[in-house]
Amino acid sequence: MAHTVDKGEIMDQVKQQIAVANAQELLTQMTTKCFKKCINKPGTSLDASEQKCVSLCMDRFMDSWNLISRTYGQRLQREQSKM
Amino acid sequence: MSDFENLSGNDKELQEFLMIEKQKAQVNAQIHEFNEICWEKCIGKPSTKLDHATETCLSNCVDRFIDTSLLITQRFAQMLQKQSSGGM
Repeated sequence: MAHTVDKGEIMDQVKQQIAVANAQELLTQMTTKCFKKCINKPGTSLDASEQKCVSLCMDRFMDSWNLISRTYGQRLQREQSKM
Repeated sequence: MSDFENLSGNDKELQEFLMIEKQKAQVNAQIHEFNEICWEKCIGKPSTKLDHATETCLSNCVDRFIDTSLLITQRFAQMLQKQSSGGM
């Protein structure tokens, strides 16, 4: 059976793949940063305070990401208006 | 019969779409990089929210990083100019 490729399908697939890659990068960084902040002496399991710290860290990481995203966007606009 | 017979070789709409998505991906990659660098500089122990000093630090970090990048680009161009004129 012939299968013709729909341009819209390609565009959707590309957008999805980019979104997945972005989420993966976010998760990788979040894991590294929060491990560094929260697990200082690795024990035989994650205790309650470590888990709580990781939870807070994840939220603060997203706050940071959003703030930086806004700041960068504003800076780009300022630079563009100068040109 | 090609599977891609719906697409012409110079599909302008697709090219524009890909260019825009590429730019968006580059912006995102830059944000990830800023977040990685500025987190180290500004975040101490994670708490229930980002306090004002931390937010200021993060925001300044982005702008100062960009300023540094622009400064280095400028000076590097000058260095190259000096080298080429000195070598004549």
